[in-house]
Amino acid sequence: MSVLVLVETDEGGAVEVSRETLAFVRGTDADVRALVVGEVSPELVEQLGSYGVREVLRADGEAFSSYAAAAWASAVVAAADGVPLVAAAGTPRGNEVLAHVACRLGVAMAANVVAVEGTDPLVVSRQVLGGSALEELPLPDAVAVLTVAGHACEPSTADEPAAPAVREVSVDVPAADLRARVVRTEPGEPDESGSLKSARVVVGAGRGAGSADGFKDLLELTELLDGAALGVSRVVTSLGWRPHHEQVGQTGSRVTPDLYVACGISGAIQHWAGMSTSKTILAINTDADAPMVTKAHYAVIGDLHEIVPAINEELRRRAG
Amino acid sequence: MANVLVCIKRVPDLGGEIRLTADAMGVDDSSLGHTVSPHEEAAVELAIQTAKDTGGEATVLTLGSEDAVEQLRNALALGCTGAVLVEADAAAYGPADVAAAVADVVRDHEAAGTSYDLVLVGNDASDTGDFQVGVRLSYLLDRPVVAGVSTLSVDGGEVTARGGSPDGGTEVYQVALPAVLTVMEGGVEPRYPSIPGRMKAKKIAIDRVTPTGEPQGSGRRRLTLPPAQPSQVTVLGEGPEAAGAVVDLLESLGVTR
Ligand SMILES: Cc1cc2nc3c(=O)[nH]c(=O)nc-3n(C[C@H](O)[C@H](O)[C@H](O)COP(=O)(O)OP(=O)(O)OC[C@H]3O[C@@H](n4cnc5c(N)ncnc54)[C@H](O)[C@@H]3O)c2cc1C
Repeated sequence: MSVLVLVETDEGGAVEVSRETLAFVRGTDADVRALVVGEVSPELVEQLGSYGVREVLRADGEAFSSYAAAAWASAVVAAADGVPLVAAAGTPRGNEVLAHVACRLGVAMAANVVAVEGTDPLVVSRQVLGGSALEELPLPDAVAVLTVAGHACEPSTADEPAAPAVREVSVDVPAADLRARVVRTEPGEPDESGSLKSARVVVGAGRGAGSADGFKDLLELTELLDGAALGVSRVVTSLGWRPHHEQVGQTGSRVTPDLYVACGISGAIQHWAGMSTSKTILAINTDADAPMVTKAHYAVIGDLHEIVPAINEELRRRAG
Repeated sequence: MANVLVCIKRVPDLGGEIRLTADAMGVDDSSLGHTVSPHEEAAVELAIQTAKDTGGEATVLTLGSEDAVEQLRNALALGCTGAVLVEADAAAYGPADVAAAVADVVRDHEAAGTSYDLVLVGNDASDTGDFQVGVRLSYLLDRPVVAGVSTLSVDGGEVTARGGSPDGGTEVYQVALPAVLTVMEGGVEPRYPSIPGRMKAKKIAIDRVTPTGEPQGSGRRRLTLPPAQPSQVTVLGEGPEAAGAVVDLLESLGVTR
Protein backbone atom coordinates (compact mmCIF):
# COMPACT_ATOMS: atom_id res chain seq x y z
CA MET A 1 0.00 0.00 0.00
CA SER A 2 1.20 3.53 -0.74
CA VAL A 3 0.40 6.71 1.06
CA LEU A 4 0.34 10.25 -0.29
CA VAL A 5 1.09 13.04 2.18
CA LEU A 6 0.46 16.69 1.35
CA VAL A 7 3.47 18.42 2.91
CA GLU A 8 3.38 22.10 3.90
CA THR A 9 6.65 23.99 3.80
CA ASP A 10 8.14 27.26 5.00
CA GLU A 11 11.68 28.70 4.89
CA GLY A 12 12.84 25.90 7.20
CA GLY A 13 11.61 23.08 4.93
CA ALA A 14 8.70 20.83 5.86
CA VAL A 15 6.77 22.34 8.79
CA GLU A 16 6.73 20.40 12.06
CA VAL A 17 3.14 19.15 11.82
CA SER A 18 3.82 17.85 8.31
CA ARG A 19 6.90 16.03 9.62
CA GLU A 20 4.74 14.56 12.39
CA THR A 21 2.29 13.42 9.70
CA LEU A 22 5.10 11.74 7.77
CA ALA A 23 6.21 9.93 10.94
CA PHE A 24 2.58 8.97 11.63
CA VAL A 25 1.88 7.39 8.23
CA ARG A 26 5.26 5.66 8.17
CA GLY A 27 3.84 3.54 10.98
CA THR A 28 1.08 2.28 8.67
CA ASP A 29 3.10 1.77 5.52
CA ALA A 30 6.57 1.97 4.09
CA ASP A 31 5.81 3.46 0.68
CA VAL A 32 5.35 7.15 1.52
CA ARG A 33 5.06 9.75 -1.22
CA ALA A 34 5.07 13.45 -0.46
CA LEU A 35 3.38 16.15 -2.50
CA VAL A 36 4.86 19.62 -2.28
CA VAL A 37 3.16 22.62 -3.88
CA GLY A 38 5.72 25.16 -5.09
CA GLU A 39 9.48 25.03 -5.04
CA VAL A 40 11.39 21.91 -4.01
CA SER A 41 14.99 22.55 -2.93
CA PRO A 42 17.63 19.80 -2.68
CA GLU A 43 17.64 20.37 1.11
CA LEU A 44 13.89 19.73 1.25
CA VAL A 45 14.29 16.51 -0.75
CA GLU A 46 16.98 15.35 1.65
CA GLN A 47 14.85 16.30 4.66
CA LEU A 48 11.84 14.42 3.28
CA GLY A 49 14.13 11.45 2.60
CA SER A 50 15.17 11.42 6.24
CA TYR A 51 11.49 10.95 7.10
CA GLY A 52 11.36 7.90 4.85
CA VAL A 53 9.72 9.55 1.83
CA ARG A 54 10.42 7.44 -1.27
CA GLU A 55 9.17 9.86 -3.88
CA VAL A 56 8.63 13.63 -3.87
CA LEU A 57 5.90 14.86 -6.16
CA ARG A 58 5.96 18.50 -7.06
CA ALA A 59 3.17 20.72 -8.35
CA ASP A 60 4.17 24.13 -9.54
CA GLY A 61 3.12 26.79 -12.02
CA GLU A 62 1.01 29.92 -12.26
CA ALA A 63 -2.04 28.28 -10.68
CA PHE A 64 -0.02 27.75 -7.50
CA SER A 65 1.64 31.16 -7.31
CA SER A 66 -0.89 32.15 -4.63
CA TYR A 67 -2.91 29.82 -2.42
CA ALA A 68 -6.18 28.42 -3.74
CA ALA A 69 -7.45 25.39 -1.82
CA ALA A 70 -9.30 23.97 -4.83
CA ALA A 71 -6.18 24.14 -7.03
CA TRP A 72 -4.17 22.40 -4.32
CA ALA A 73 -6.90 19.75 -4.23
CA SER A 74 -6.50 19.23 -7.99
CA ALA A 75 -2.79 18.67 -7.37
CA VAL A 76 -3.51 16.16 -4.60
CA VAL A 77 -6.00 14.27 -6.77
CA ALA A 78 -3.52 14.19 -9.68
CA ALA A 79 -0.73 12.99 -7.39
CA ALA A 80 -2.91 10.47 -5.54
CA ASP A 81 -3.27 8.38 -8.66
CA GLY A 82 -4.88 5.36 -7.07
CA VAL A 83 -3.22 5.38 -3.62
CA PRO A 84 -5.56 4.08 -0.92
CA LEU A 85 -4.58 6.67 1.72
CA VAL A 86 -4.20 10.45 1.40
CA ALA A 87 -3.07 12.38 4.47
CA ALA A 88 -2.14 15.91 5.52
CA ALA A 89 -1.46 17.68 8.78
CA GLY A 90 -4.53 18.87 10.70
CA THR A 91 -3.75 22.52 9.98
CA PRO A 92 -6.16 25.05 8.46
CA ARG A 93 -4.63 24.33 5.03
CA GLY A 94 -4.52 20.56 5.54
CA ASN A 95 -8.13 20.32 6.67
CA GLU A 96 -9.35 22.67 3.94
CA VAL A 97 -7.53 21.05 1.02
CA LEU A 98 -8.40 17.49 2.04
CA ALA A 99 -12.07 18.44 2.47
CA HIS A 100 -11.97 19.47 -1.21
CA VAL A 101 -10.18 16.22 -2.09
CA ALA A 102 -12.82 14.15 -0.25
CA CYS A 103 -15.59 15.93 -2.19
CA ARG A 104 -13.88 15.22 -5.49
CA LEU A 105 -13.25 11.58 -4.70
CA GLY A 106 -16.75 11.19 -3.24
CA VAL A 107 -15.39 9.80 0.05
CA ALA A 108 -15.42 10.65 3.77
CA MET A 109 -12.72 12.71 5.44
CA ALA A 110 -11.55 12.21 9.01
CA ALA A 111 -10.05 15.34 10.58
CA ASN A 112 -7.49 15.34 13.39
CA VAL A 113 -6.69 11.64 13.57
CA VAL A 114 -4.45 10.59 16.46
CA ALA A 115 -4.22 6.80 16.03
CA VAL A 116 -4.98 3.90 13.73
CA GLU A 117 -7.09 1.33 15.56
CA GLY A 118 -7.45 -1.26 12.82
CA THR A 119 -6.50 -1.74 9.19
CA ASP A 120 -9.11 -4.01 7.62
CA PRO A 121 -11.18 -1.90 7.28
CA LEU A 122 -9.18 1.13 8.33
CA VAL A 123 -10.45 2.39 11.70
CA VAL A 124 -9.06 5.59 13.19
CA SER A 125 -9.32 7.51 16.43
CA ARG A 126 -9.82 11.21 15.95
CA GLN A 127 -10.16 14.23 18.18
CA VAL A 128 -13.63 15.62 18.81
CA LEU A 129 -14.84 18.26 21.28
CA GLY A 130 -11.67 20.25 20.68
CA GLY A 131 -9.49 17.28 21.62
CA SER A 132 -11.25 16.53 24.92
CA ALA A 133 -12.61 13.23 23.61
CA LEU A 134 -11.76 10.72 20.89
CA GLU A 135 -14.08 9.23 18.30
CA GLU A 136 -13.54 5.79 16.83
CA LEU A 137 -14.39 6.00 13.14
CA PRO A 138 -14.10 3.44 10.34
CA LEU A 139 -12.97 4.72 6.93
CA PRO A 140 -14.21 2.00 4.58
CA ASP A 141 -14.03 4.00 1.33
CA ALA A 142 -11.68 2.99 -1.50
CA VAL A 143 -9.52 5.99 -0.65
CA ALA A 144 -9.12 7.01 3.00
CA VAL A 145 -8.70 10.76 3.39
CA LEU A 146 -7.50 11.99 6.76
CA THR A 147 -5.63 14.75 8.55
CA VAL A 148 -3.34 14.05 11.48
CA ALA A 149 -3.77 16.14 14.65
CA GLY A 150 -0.83 18.25 15.75
CA HIS A 151 1.38 16.52 18.33
CA ALA A 152 -0.34 13.16 17.83
CA CYS A 153 3.15 11.73 17.42
CA GLU A 154 6.78 12.81 17.52
CA PRO A 155 8.25 14.14 14.24
CA SER A 156 10.81 11.32 14.31
CA THR A 157 12.96 10.52 11.30
CA ALA A 158 13.11 7.06 9.73
CA ASP A 159 15.71 4.51 10.82
CA GLU A 160 16.84 4.26 7.22
CA PRO A 161 16.78 7.52 5.28
CA ALA A 162 15.52 7.21 1.71
CA ALA A 163 16.86 8.99 -1.36
CA PRO A 164 13.62 10.13 -2.93
CA ALA A 165 13.19 10.71 -6.62
CA VAL A 166 11.56 14.02 -7.54
CA ARG A 167 8.76 13.94 -10.07
CA GLU A 168 6.74 16.80 -11.49
CA VAL A 169 3.00 16.11 -11.49
CA SER A 170 1.17 17.75 -14.31
CA VAL A 171 -1.98 19.26 -12.90
CA ASP A 172 -4.77 20.50 -15.05
CA VAL A 173 -6.21 23.33 -12.94
CA PRO A 174 -9.64 24.37 -14.22
CA ALA A 175 -10.61 28.05 -13.94
CA ALA A 176 -13.25 27.12 -11.35
CA ASP A 177 -10.45 26.12 -8.96
CA LEU A 178 -9.22 29.70 -8.94
CA ARG A 179 -12.54 31.36 -8.09
CA ALA A 180 -11.43 31.54 -4.46
CA ARG A 181 -7.78 32.46 -4.39
CA VAL A 182 -5.59 34.60 -2.14
CA VAL A 183 -5.22 37.95 -3.91
CA ARG A 184 -2.79 39.40 -1.39
CA THR A 185 -1.34 38.80 2.03
CA GLU A 186 -0.87 41.40 4.71
CA PRO A 187 1.83 40.98 7.35
CA GLY A 188 0.61 40.34 10.91
CA GLU A 189 1.31 42.63 13.84
CA PRO A 190 4.81 41.79 15.07
CA ASP A 191 3.53 40.39 18.36
CA GLU A 192 0.41 38.51 17.27
CA SER A 193 -0.01 34.97 18.66
CA GLY A 194 3.46 33.90 17.38
CA SER A 195 5.22 34.80 20.61
CA LEU A 196 2.41 33.22 22.65
CA LYS A 197 2.63 29.91 20.81
CA SER A 198 6.38 29.63 21.30
CA ALA A 199 6.59 31.11 24.83
CA ARG A 200 8.39 29.09 27.54
CA VAL A 201 6.04 30.49 30.14
CA VAL A 202 2.45 31.54 29.60
CA VAL A 203 0.76 33.70 32.22
CA GLY A 204 -2.92 32.91 31.67
CA ALA A 205 -5.64 35.27 32.82
CA GLY A 206 -9.38 34.72 33.01
CA ARG A 207 -12.52 36.41 34.27
CA GLY A 208 -10.81 36.75 37.65
CA ALA A 209 -8.74 39.61 36.17
CA GLY A 210 -11.92 41.61 36.75
CA SER A 211 -11.72 44.28 34.07
CA ALA A 212 -9.63 45.59 31.17
CA ASP A 213 -7.55 47.41 33.79
CA GLY A 214 -6.90 44.23 35.74
CA PHE A 215 -3.89 43.06 33.70
CA LYS A 216 -1.15 45.40 34.94
CA ASP A 217 0.33 43.00 37.51
CA LEU A 218 -0.11 40.03 35.18
CA LEU A 219 1.78 41.83 32.40
CA GLU A 220 4.47 42.76 34.89
CA LEU A 221 4.80 39.08 35.82
CA THR A 222 5.40 38.24 32.14
CA GLU A 223 8.21 40.85 32.15
CA LEU A 224 9.79 39.36 35.28
CA LEU A 225 9.82 35.80 33.94
CA ASP A 226 12.06 34.48 31.20
CA GLY A 227 10.41 34.13 27.78
CA ALA A 228 6.89 34.68 29.09
CA ALA A 229 3.77 35.82 27.24
CA LEU A 230 0.21 36.62 28.30
CA GLY A 231 -2.57 34.22 27.31
CA VAL A 232 -6.24 34.73 28.18
CA SER A 233 -9.56 32.91 28.36
CA ARG A 234 -12.45 33.50 26.02
CA VAL A 235 -14.37 35.41 28.65
CA VAL A 236 -11.54 37.95 28.56
CA THR A 237 -11.59 38.33 24.77
CA SER A 238 -15.37 38.33 24.43
CA LEU A 239 -15.65 41.08 27.05
CA GLY A 240 -13.15 43.02 24.97
CA TRP A 241 -10.57 43.21 27.79
CA ARG A 242 -7.78 41.80 25.62
CA PRO A 243 -7.39 41.04 21.87
CA HIS A 244 -8.44 37.68 20.44
CA HIS A 245 -4.93 36.70 19.33
CA GLU A 246 -4.10 36.23 23.02
CA GLN A 247 -6.87 33.65 23.50
CA VAL A 248 -5.84 30.15 24.51
CA GLY A 249 -8.12 27.17 23.88
CA GLN A 250 -10.24 25.26 21.41
CA THR A 251 -11.01 28.36 19.35
CA GLY A 252 -7.78 30.19 20.22
CA SER A 253 -4.11 29.20 20.30
CA ARG A 254 -2.79 25.88 21.55
CA VAL A 255 0.23 26.38 23.76
CA THR A 256 2.79 23.91 25.17
CA PRO A 257 4.94 25.95 27.56
CA ASP A 258 7.19 24.65 30.33
CA LEU A 259 4.98 26.54 32.78
CA TYR A 260 1.37 27.75 32.54
CA VAL A 261 0.26 30.09 35.35
CA ALA A 262 -3.56 30.07 35.26
CA CYS A 263 -4.80 33.16 37.11
CA GLY A 264 -8.55 33.44 37.67
CA ILE A 265 -9.36 30.79 35.05
CA SER A 266 -11.93 28.11 35.96
CA GLY A 267 -10.57 25.44 33.62
CA ALA A 268 -13.49 24.86 31.23
CA ILE A 269 -12.63 21.99 28.88
CA GLN A 270 -12.42 24.37 25.91
CA HIS A 271 -9.70 26.35 27.67
CA TRP A 272 -8.02 23.18 28.96
CA ALA A 273 -7.87 21.92 25.34
CA GLY A 274 -5.45 24.75 24.54
CA MET A 275 -2.99 24.34 27.43
CA SER A 276 -3.33 20.82 28.87
CA THR A 277 0.04 19.79 27.41
CA SER A 278 1.89 22.43 29.46
CA LYS A 279 4.68 20.69 31.41
CA THR A 280 3.82 22.35 34.72
CA ILE A 281 0.55 24.09 35.60
CA LEU A 282 0.25 26.53 38.50
CA ALA A 283 -3.28 27.75 39.28
CA ILE A 284 -4.10 30.88 41.22
CA ASN A 285 -7.79 30.93 42.07
CA THR A 286 -10.19 31.97 44.84
CA ASP A 287 -12.05 28.67 44.39
CA ALA A 288 -10.13 25.61 45.65
CA ASP A 289 -12.62 23.37 43.80
CA ALA A 290 -12.25 24.97 40.37
CA PRO A 291 -11.31 22.32 37.77
CA MET A 292 -8.17 24.28 36.93
CA VAL A 293 -7.05 23.97 40.56
CA THR A 294 -7.80 20.26 40.93
CA LYS A 295 -6.11 19.45 37.61
CA ALA A 296 -3.06 21.66 38.19
CA HIS A 297 0.30 20.51 39.58
CA TYR A 298 0.50 23.47 41.96
CA ALA A 299 -2.03 25.97 43.26
CA VAL A 300 -2.33 29.05 45.40
CA ILE A 301 -5.79 29.76 46.77
CA GLY A 302 -6.82 33.38 46.95
CA ASP A 303 -7.30 36.65 45.11
CA LEU A 304 -4.97 37.03 42.16
CA HIS A 305 -4.95 40.81 42.67
CA GLU A 306 -3.20 40.23 46.01
CA ILE A 307 -1.12 37.19 45.09
CA VAL A 308 0.35 38.29 41.75
CA PRO A 309 1.72 41.63 43.07
CA ALA A 310 3.27 39.73 46.01
CA ILE A 311 4.95 37.30 43.60
CA ASN A 312 6.23 40.22 41.50
CA GLU A 313 7.63 41.91 44.59
CA GLU A 314 9.36 38.74 45.74
CA LEU A 315 10.82 38.23 42.24
CA ARG A 316 12.17 41.81 42.24
CA ARG A 317 13.51 41.42 45.76
CA ARG A 318 15.42 38.23 44.92
CA ALA A 319 16.72 39.72 41.67
CA GLY A 320 18.23 42.41 43.89
CA MET B 1 -28.14 44.02 -1.45
CA ALA B 2 -26.77 40.76 -0.09
CA ASN B 3 -28.90 38.03 1.47
CA VAL B 4 -27.02 35.86 3.90
CA LEU B 5 -27.82 32.40 5.23
CA VAL B 6 -25.90 31.56 8.41
CA CYS B 7 -25.78 27.98 9.72
CA ILE B 8 -25.38 27.23 13.44
CA LYS B 9 -25.43 24.15 15.67
CA ARG B 10 -26.81 23.68 19.18
CA VAL B 11 -24.12 22.10 21.37
CA PRO B 12 -23.86 21.47 25.13
CA ASP B 13 -22.05 24.09 27.20
CA LEU B 14 -19.62 21.68 28.79
CA GLY B 15 -17.89 23.45 31.66
CA GLY B 16 -15.04 21.60 33.33
CA GLU B 17 -15.95 17.99 32.72
CA ILE B 18 -17.48 15.74 30.04
CA ARG B 19 -19.80 12.83 30.75
CA LEU B 20 -20.68 10.37 27.99
CA THR B 21 -24.03 8.68 27.45
CA ALA B 22 -24.29 5.03 28.55
CA ASP B 23 -23.74 3.79 24.98
CA ALA B 24 -20.71 6.11 24.60
CA MET B 25 -22.15 7.47 21.35
CA GLY B 26 -22.52 11.02 22.57
CA VAL B 27 -22.18 13.51 25.39
CA ASP B 28 -24.65 13.28 28.26
CA ASP B 29 -26.09 16.79 28.10
CA SER B 30 -29.15 16.12 30.28
CA SER B 31 -27.96 18.48 33.03
CA LEU B 32 -26.21 21.01 30.81
CA GLY B 33 -27.14 24.31 29.20
CA HIS B 34 -26.65 24.71 25.47
CA THR B 35 -24.89 27.19 23.25
CA VAL B 36 -23.34 27.54 19.80
CA SER B 37 -19.65 27.61 18.92
CA PRO B 38 -17.78 30.92 19.13
CA HIS B 39 -17.07 30.54 15.40
CA GLU B 40 -20.81 30.48 14.73
CA GLU B 41 -21.41 33.46 17.02
CA ALA B 42 -18.92 35.33 14.85
CA ALA B 43 -20.68 34.04 11.70
CA VAL B 44 -24.06 35.31 12.97
CA GLU B 45 -22.50 38.72 13.70
CA LEU B 46 -20.99 38.89 10.20
CA ALA B 47 -24.32 37.85 8.66
CA ILE B 48 -26.21 40.58 10.52
CA GLN B 49 -23.60 43.25 9.70
CA THR B 50 -23.51 42.28 6.03
CA ALA B 51 -27.31 42.28 5.74
CA LYS B 52 -27.52 45.70 7.45
CA ASP B 53 -24.69 47.21 5.36
CA THR B 54 -26.18 46.05 2.07
CA GLY B 55 -29.91 46.29 2.79
CA GLY B 56 -30.32 42.52 2.57
CA GLU B 57 -31.67 39.91 4.98
CA ALA B 58 -29.87 37.57 7.37
CA THR B 59 -31.51 34.18 7.79
CA VAL B 60 -30.33 31.68 10.40
CA LEU B 61 -30.55 27.92 9.88
CA THR B 62 -29.95 24.95 12.09
CA LEU B 63 -30.38 21.22 11.69
CA GLY B 64 -31.55 19.72 14.94
CA SER B 65 -34.40 18.93 17.26
CA GLU B 66 -37.16 21.29 18.43
CA ASP B 67 -34.84 22.28 21.32
CA ALA B 68 -32.58 24.04 18.83
CA VAL B 69 -35.28 26.71 18.42
CA GLU B 70 -33.61 28.27 21.49
CA GLN B 71 -30.45 28.93 19.45
CA LEU B 72 -32.48 30.18 16.45
CA ARG B 73 -34.37 32.64 18.70
CA ASN B 74 -31.07 33.91 20.11
CA ALA B 75 -29.87 34.67 16.58
CA LEU B 76 -33.19 36.35 15.76
CA ALA B 77 -32.86 38.49 18.89
CA LEU B 78 -29.50 39.71 17.61
CA GLY B 79 -30.90 40.81 14.25
CA CYS B 80 -31.46 37.86 11.94
CA THR B 81 -34.84 38.30 10.26
CA GLY B 82 -35.69 34.73 9.30
CA ALA B 83 -35.05 31.29 10.79
CA VAL B 84 -35.13 27.77 9.38
CA LEU B 85 -35.24 24.63 11.50
CA VAL B 86 -34.34 21.51 9.55
CA GLU B 87 -36.03 19.07 11.91
CA ALA B 88 -33.78 16.07 12.37
CA ASP B 89 -31.69 14.20 14.90
CA ALA B 90 -28.35 15.96 14.42
CA ALA B 91 -26.47 12.98 15.86
CA ALA B 92 -27.69 10.82 12.95
CA TYR B 93 -26.21 13.26 10.43
CA GLY B 94 -22.64 13.13 9.22
CA PRO B 95 -20.98 16.14 7.61
CA ALA B 96 -22.02 15.13 4.09
CA ASP B 97 -25.64 14.73 5.25
CA VAL B 98 -25.68 18.17 6.88
CA ALA B 99 -24.23 19.77 3.75
CA ALA B 100 -26.88 18.02 1.60
CA ALA B 101 -29.72 19.17 3.87
CA VAL B 102 -28.48 22.79 3.83
CA ALA B 103 -28.04 22.68 0.04
CA ASP B 104 -31.65 21.52 -0.30
CA VAL B 105 -32.87 24.50 1.72
CA VAL B 106 -30.78 26.90 -0.37
CA ARG B 107 -32.21 25.45 -3.59
CA ASP B 108 -35.78 25.38 -2.29
CA HIS B 109 -35.60 29.00 -1.15
CA GLU B 110 -34.11 29.99 -4.47
CA ALA B 111 -36.95 28.26 -6.30
CA ALA B 112 -39.35 30.20 -4.06
CA GLY B 113 -37.70 33.51 -4.93
CA THR B 114 -35.12 34.02 -2.14
CA SER B 115 -31.54 33.50 -3.17
CA TYR B 116 -28.59 33.67 -0.81
CA ASP B 117 -25.53 35.56 -1.97
CA LEU B 118 -23.53 34.26 0.95
CA VAL B 119 -23.83 31.12 3.00
CA LEU B 120 -21.83 31.29 6.22
CA VAL B 121 -21.01 28.29 8.40
CA GLY B 122 -18.61 27.85 11.32
CA ASN B 123 -15.12 26.69 10.40
CA ASP B 124 -15.65 23.49 12.39
CA ALA B 125 -18.46 22.30 14.63
CA SER B 126 -17.30 22.46 18.24
CA ASP B 127 -18.52 18.94 19.01
CA THR B 128 -17.82 16.80 15.92
CA GLY B 129 -14.91 18.87 14.58
CA ASP B 130 -15.30 17.63 11.01
CA PHE B 131 -13.87 20.72 9.23
CA GLN B 132 -15.77 20.03 6.00
CA VAL B 133 -19.45 21.01 5.97
CA GLY B 134 -18.76 24.36 4.27
CA VAL B 135 -16.55 22.83 1.61
CA ARG B 136 -19.04 20.03 0.92
CA LEU B 137 -21.84 22.58 0.65
CA SER B 138 -19.83 24.57 -1.90
CA TYR B 139 -19.52 21.50 -4.12
CA LEU B 140 -23.23 20.73 -3.89
CA LEU B 141 -24.09 24.31 -4.83
CA ASP B 142 -21.18 24.74 -7.26
CA ARG B 143 -20.04 27.91 -5.51
CA PRO B 144 -16.56 29.04 -4.49
CA VAL B 145 -15.64 28.56 -0.84
CA VAL B 146 -13.13 30.21 1.48
CA ALA B 147 -12.34 28.57 4.83
CA GLY B 148 -11.28 30.30 8.03
CA VAL B 149 -12.66 33.78 7.33
CA SER B 150 -12.62 36.27 10.22
CA THR B 151 -13.88 39.46 8.53
CA LEU B 152 -15.71 40.18 5.30
CA SER B 153 -17.22 43.00 3.30
CA VAL B 154 -19.53 42.85 0.31
CA ASP B 155 -19.24 45.32 -2.52
CA GLY B 156 -21.28 44.91 -5.67
CA GLY B 157 -21.13 41.32 -6.78
CA GLU B 158 -18.02 40.52 -4.82
CA VAL B 159 -17.02 39.62 -1.27
CA THR B 160 -13.65 40.54 0.21
CA ALA B 161 -12.80 38.05 2.94
CA ARG B 162 -9.85 38.01 5.32
CA GLY B 163 -8.44 35.18 7.37
CA GLY B 164 -5.20 34.15 9.03
CA SER B 165 -2.26 32.89 6.98
CA PRO B 166 0.11 30.12 8.13
CA ASP B 167 2.87 32.66 8.91
CA GLY B 168 0.71 34.74 11.26
CA GLY B 169 -0.30 37.37 8.70
CA THR B 170 -3.60 37.91 6.94
CA GLU B 171 -4.75 36.43 3.64
CA VAL B 172 -7.18 38.42 1.53
CA TYR B 173 -9.62 36.84 -0.92
CA GLN B 174 -11.88 38.55 -3.45
CA VAL B 175 -14.59 36.20 -4.57
CA ALA B 176 -17.56 36.67 -6.88
CA LEU B 177 -20.97 36.07 -5.29
CA PRO B 178 -22.68 33.77 -4.60
CA ALA B 179 -20.15 32.12 -2.31
CA VAL B 180 -19.77 29.97 0.78
CA LEU B 181 -17.53 31.10 3.65
CA THR B 182 -16.50 29.24 6.79
CA VAL B 183 -15.98 31.60 9.70
CA MET B 184 -13.51 31.64 12.58
CA GLU B 185 -13.92 33.80 15.66
CA GLY B 186 -11.60 36.72 16.29
CA GLY B 187 -12.42 39.29 13.62
CA VAL B 188 -15.64 40.70 15.04
CA GLU B 189 -17.16 41.12 18.47
CA PRO B 190 -20.58 39.51 18.55
CA ARG B 191 -23.26 41.94 19.75
CA TYR B 192 -25.47 41.31 22.77
CA PRO B 193 -29.24 40.97 22.33
CA SER B 194 -31.40 43.96 23.26
CA ILE B 195 -34.75 43.70 25.06
CA PRO B 196 -36.67 44.96 21.97
CA GLY B 197 -34.62 42.50 19.93
CA ARG B 198 -35.79 39.64 22.15
CA MET B 199 -39.41 40.81 21.92
CA LYS B 200 -39.21 41.02 18.14
CA ALA B 201 -37.60 37.59 17.92
CA LYS B 202 -40.54 35.98 19.68
CA LYS B 203 -42.90 37.10 16.94
CA ILE B 204 -40.89 35.78 14.01
CA ALA B 205 -42.26 32.48 12.70
CA ILE B 206 -39.73 29.66 12.45
CA ASP B 207 -39.77 27.95 9.06
CA ARG B 208 -39.75 24.20 9.82
CA VAL B 209 -38.66 21.83 7.09
CA THR B 210 -38.21 18.08 7.03
CA PRO B 211 -35.16 16.81 5.18
CA THR B 212 -35.74 14.50 2.24
CA GLY B 213 -33.83 11.25 2.12
CA GLU B 214 -32.17 9.17 4.80
CA PRO B 215 -28.86 10.37 6.25
CA GLN B 216 -25.76 8.22 5.73
CA GLY B 217 -24.58 8.98 9.25
CA SER B 218 -21.13 9.88 10.44
CA GLY B 219 -19.92 6.31 10.94
CA ARG B 220 -19.06 6.93 14.60
CA ARG B 221 -18.48 3.71 16.53
CA ARG B 222 -18.04 5.25 19.95
CA LEU B 223 -16.46 8.03 21.95
CA THR B 224 -13.79 7.62 24.56
CA LEU B 225 -12.48 10.01 27.20
CA PRO B 226 -8.96 10.14 28.50
CA PRO B 227 -8.82 8.28 31.82
CA ALA B 228 -9.73 10.60 34.72
CA GLN B 229 -6.64 11.51 36.71
CA PRO B 230 -6.95 11.81 40.47
CA SER B 231 -6.08 15.32 41.59
CA GLN B 232 -2.38 15.58 42.43
CA VAL B 233 -2.30 19.26 43.15
CA THR B 234 0.19 20.63 45.65
CA VAL B 235 -1.29 23.67 47.34
CA LEU B 236 1.56 26.11 47.91
CA GLY B 237 -0.48 28.25 50.26
CA GLU B 238 -3.25 30.78 50.57
CA GLY B 239 -3.10 34.46 49.69
CA PRO B 240 -0.04 36.69 49.25
CA GLU B 241 1.90 34.78 51.95
CA ALA B 242 2.39 32.04 49.36
CA ALA B 243 4.56 34.33 47.20
CA GLY B 244 7.80 32.95 48.61
CA ALA B 245 6.81 29.36 47.86
CA VAL B 246 5.72 30.38 44.34
CA VAL B 247 9.04 32.07 43.61
CA ASP B 248 10.89 29.01 44.96
CA LEU B 249 8.95 26.97 42.41
CA LEU B 250 9.66 29.47 39.61
CA GLU B 251 13.37 29.33 40.46
CA SER B 252 13.41 25.53 40.53
CA LEU B 253 11.79 25.51 37.08
CA GLY B 254 14.46 27.94 35.87
CA VAL B 255 11.97 30.47 34.51
CA THR B 256 13.06 33.54 36.48
CA ARG B 257 15.29 36.13 34.85
C1 LIG C 1 -17.39 25.66 21.52
C2 LIG C 1 -16.74 26.49 22.56
C3 LIG C 1 -15.42 26.90 22.38
C4 LIG C 1 -14.78 27.64 23.36
N1 LIG C 1 -13.48 28.01 23.16
C5 LIG C 1 -12.80 28.59 24.18
C6 LIG C 1 -11.41 28.92 24.07
O1 LIG C 1 -10.78 28.76 23.02
N2 LIG C 1 -10.78 29.44 25.14
C7 LIG C 1 -11.42 29.67 26.33
O2 LIG C 1 -10.78 30.14 27.29
N3 LIG C 1 -12.74 29.42 26.44
C8 LIG C 1 -13.44 28.90 25.40
N4 LIG C 1 -14.79 28.67 25.55
C9 LIG C 1 -15.48 29.21 26.75
C10 LIG C 1 -15.35 28.28 27.96
O3 LIG C 1 -16.41 27.36 27.94
C11 LIG C 1 -15.45 29.10 29.28
O4 LIG C 1 -16.63 29.86 29.26
C12 LIG C 1 -14.27 30.04 29.51
O5 LIG C 1 -13.05 29.37 29.28
C13 LIG C 1 -14.32 30.55 30.93
O6 LIG C 1 -13.36 31.55 31.12
P1 LIG C 1 -12.81 31.89 32.57
O7 LIG C 1 -12.21 30.68 33.16
O8 LIG C 1 -11.99 33.11 32.43
O9 LIG C 1 -14.13 32.35 33.33
P2 LIG C 1 -14.98 31.61 34.45
O10 LIG C 1 -15.37 30.25 34.03
O11 LIG C 1 -16.04 32.56 34.83
O12 LIG C 1 -13.96 31.43 35.64
C14 LIG C 1 -13.42 32.47 36.38
C15 LIG C 1 -12.53 31.86 37.45
O13 LIG C 1 -11.85 32.90 38.12
C16 LIG C 1 -11.89 32.69 39.53
N5 LIG C 1 -11.78 34.01 40.14
C17 LIG C 1 -12.69 35.01 40.14
N6 LIG C 1 -12.20 36.10 40.73
C18 LIG C 1 -10.93 35.80 41.10
C19 LIG C 1 -9.87 36.52 41.75
N7 LIG C 1 -10.05 37.80 42.14
N8 LIG C 1 -8.70 35.89 41.98
C20 LIG C 1 -8.53 34.60 41.60
N9 LIG C 1 -9.48 33.87 40.99
C21 LIG C 1 -10.66 34.47 40.74
C22 LIG C 1 -13.19 31.96 39.77
O14 LIG C 1 -13.12 31.19 40.94
C23 LIG C 1 -13.31 31.08 38.51
O15 LIG C 1 -12.68 29.83 38.70
C24 LIG C 1 -15.47 27.99 24.54
C25 LIG C 1 -16.79 27.60 24.71
C26 LIG C 1 -17.44 26.89 23.73
C27 LIG C 1 -18.87 26.47 23.93
